[in-house]
Amino acid sequence: MDQGVEPAAPGKSAVRPHRLPPEAGILLVLLALALAFELLGWLLVGQSFLFNGQRLVVMILQVSVIGIIAIGVTQVIITGGIDLSSGSVVALTAMVAASFAQSSDALRAVYPTLTDLPVVVPVLAGLAVGAVAGLVNGSLIAATEIPPFIATLGVMVTARGFAKWYTRGQPVSMLTDAYAALGSGVVPVVIFLATALIFHVALRYTRYGKFTYAIGANREAARISGIRVGSHLVVVYTIAGVLSGLAGVLTSARAISGQAGMGLMYELDAIAAAVIGGASLSGGVGRISGTVIGTLILGVVTSGFTFLRIDAYYQEIVKGAIIVAAVIADQYRRRRRLTAT
Amino acid sequence: MSPEPAAAPPPLLELRRVSKSFPGVAALEDVSLELRRGTVHGLIGENGAGKSTLMKIVAGVCAPDSGELRLAGRSVRLSSPRAALAHGIVMIHQELNLMPSMSVAENIWIRREPLNALRLVNHRELNRKTRALLDELTIDIDPATEVGVLPIALRQMVEIARALSYASQLLIMDEPTSALTERDAERLFAVIRELKARGVGIFYVTHRMEELAALADEISVLRDGRHVGTSRAGDLSRDALIRLMVGRELPALPAAATAIRGPAALRVRGLEVAGELHEVSFELHAGEILGVAGLVGSGRSELAAALFGLTRRTAGSIEVRGTEVTLDSPQAAIACGLGFVTEDRKDTGCFLGLSILENLEIAVLDRDFVRGGFVRATAAREACERMARLLRVKTPGLDERIENLSGGNQQKVLLGRWLLTRPGILILDEPTRGVDVAAKAEIHALIAQLAAEGTAVLMISSELPEILAMSHRIMVMRQGRVSGVLERAVADQVAIMELAAWTRA
Repeated sequence: MDQGVEPAAPGKSAVRPHRLPPEAGILLVLLALALAFELLGWLLVGQSFLFNGQRLVVMILQVSVIGIIAIGVTQVIITGGIDLSSGSVVALTAMVAASFAQSSDALRAVYPTLTDLPVVVPVLAGLAVGAVAGLVNGSLIAATEIPPFIATLGVMVTARGFAKWYTRGQPVSMLTDAYAALGSGVVPVVIFLATALIFHVALRYTRYGKFTYAIGANREAARISGIRVGSHLVVVYTIAGVLSGLAGVLTSARAISGQAGMGLMYELDAIAAAVIGGASLSGGVGRISGTVIGTLILGVVTSGFTFLRIDAYYQEIVKGAIIVAAVIADQYRRRRRLTAT
Repeated sequence: MSPEPAAAPPPLLELRRVSKSFPGVAALEDVSLELRRGTVHGLIGENGAGKSTLMKIVAGVCAPDSGELRLAGRSVRLSSPRAALAHGIVMIHQELNLMPSMSVAENIWIRREPLNALRLVNHRELNRKTRALLDELTIDIDPATEVGVLPIALRQMVEIARALSYASQLLIMDEPTSALTERDAERLFAVIRELKARGVGIFYVTHRMEELAALADEISVLRDGRHVGTSRAGDLSRDALIRLMVGRELPALPAAATAIRGPAALRVRGLEVAGELHEVSFELHAGEILGVAGLVGSGRSELAAALFGLTRRTAGSIEVRGTEVTLDSPQAAIACGLGFVTEDRKDTGCFLGLSILENLEIAVLDRDFVRGGFVRATAAREACERMARLLRVKTPGLDERIENLSGGNQQKVLLGRWLLTRPGILILDEPTRGVDVAAKAEIHALIAQLAAEGTAVLMISSELPEILAMSHRIMVMRQGRVSGVLERAVADQVAIMELAAWTRA
């Protein structure tokens, strides 16, 4: 620090230990959990947890829908916001998409004249409904400056209401095979990973991503730097809405029906995945890669407990503990960073 | 009390060979200092010199790795701020630690509220005690006022009152005037002199030499964690102190070139913002530095906000290079070639948590470095690296987080953010607040150079020496109006203060 005002010589930065990517810690947790289940598997059930291709696929399949939502929620969290509406939007989009995906032999079709439509129609309908919900979230937050928590809480309740009202509470069933195929096999897994890749790139290499981080890091500074904060937030929440819509389509395709009770508490799982993955609720921090790992941790816990044939209640207890532990670890990291300066 | 030799009573506080290191950095090495009763001990040094760490040790916020603290001749260990408090040591932080939604009295006596027979807070007694305390300091605030509505200067007084309520004998003040106007600073100084007279010892950390000249009995200089010298105030000249601080000579404040006024870059006529600005008219020329002086609340920052489209103006016109413009948003202002370095680095400037690169590129990202939505990362990095070199930002690399930089280097990054936009008109609000002397000189030189190259600079500052040294002309504001414009030749502190001062009705 004594000589030179120029950027310090390269040798100087070598004093600092090489910095691991922020995901390293959480990846370790994932591996540790997996290994723990592997060990317990041999001890208690007498089989391998990890070396079972089918189980791994099912595991990822189970969390793919949460993962897709979490990708949108991560972006919202990076802006310093929160989206509580995802689960209800899943239900609403599942209902609407399913209603356009009914086959002609459905007994009481929602739209009797609109059956056996090509699969893109219900998909687009679902995404559109998700987009509208996200647009409402974003517009409320941008235009009225009410806290995102409140705005999305309102949309959460309203969307659930719309989902029930849409068919007066009746489930929408008898969907076309083409639609059902969207939810079967590894299709949701592929969509999840593709979505993750797209938004990983978007956050790191595009203007959209840079602005998203900037707004979360300091909203006023972002505004003064010429970023249209309001319209950018509308875009971010709309993207989150579309991804919830996508999750709704996959959920209904997988269940081959649309039900107003779908997606219950998904928003909390998605927020948990993002937070476990290192996203900070105070904004400006978060990465898709972390969220993917966070999602997988949720998956490992869920399928691990099932695998050990342990009661589902314990699952939730452990899941809750992991969420809190992740946030504590995150704050500890941050405090260390601050005192180091 | 142990019997003390009459000739040399032990100092109030003696630090003996105190060292402290943080992972990778030695923050303090072998520092020995003494603070005597009833004196002000000034502590100066560049950002990162170890002043704050030293004061944190005295206040019990962090423990030294080695060395000893002797309070009134007895060795003490201050394991926590509470332990320090018990010894009568109180620190008044740069960022005030008050609870804005609670009253002055509640803030001062928190945890020690007088209780009534039912063990409930006795508000009458609480306010009476507060009144007495404030009266002693001749501070005129109603104890029941909510702290959040008080101006910063008064909040500072509340902090001081709270410190005294602990019957403290040792007070630490870290840059107490950084947010105060000259007049409020004078009030603070009066309180400090009063405290001195009562025998309180004060550590006074500052960047401002003028204050040390006015207040300090002794001055100690820290550099790179080492104590490089202590002298009686007045024994060393300002220049000598600065040499000690930075270990080298500094260029004098660059004298602004005699005004060769270019064409009007900015012409403002009858600008009104409801409740903030009234009939503000002025011209700013290419190549000119127009200093804006005035007390806090005089409308200087509000003027900057209005010009940059952050607040809606209710009347008036703005011309940029002869063309009338609306400037109703920051985007519009940037498009017209305006740049704006705000007064508050933390609140409205830096993206803390993001890298230096991300902090630099943000304002030009869209215009210069995006193709088809994707960031041209290499081009952006090259431009930012050039800028960081030009501004001599002291950092291992652009991927370093901005919060790891010193205040001066953060300010350079913020300047760089706007220089990348190649602004024709640059608005600078307190460009060197909380910046150490060396970085300050560099920033001044840079501003002068920008003006020499034809940039029109509107420079708001509370530091009159800075305004006087840098500006071609000085515009003084008072209560949301322009109260006068002074040519450099006739401007001095007295003339400015006369125009700036409130006349209380």
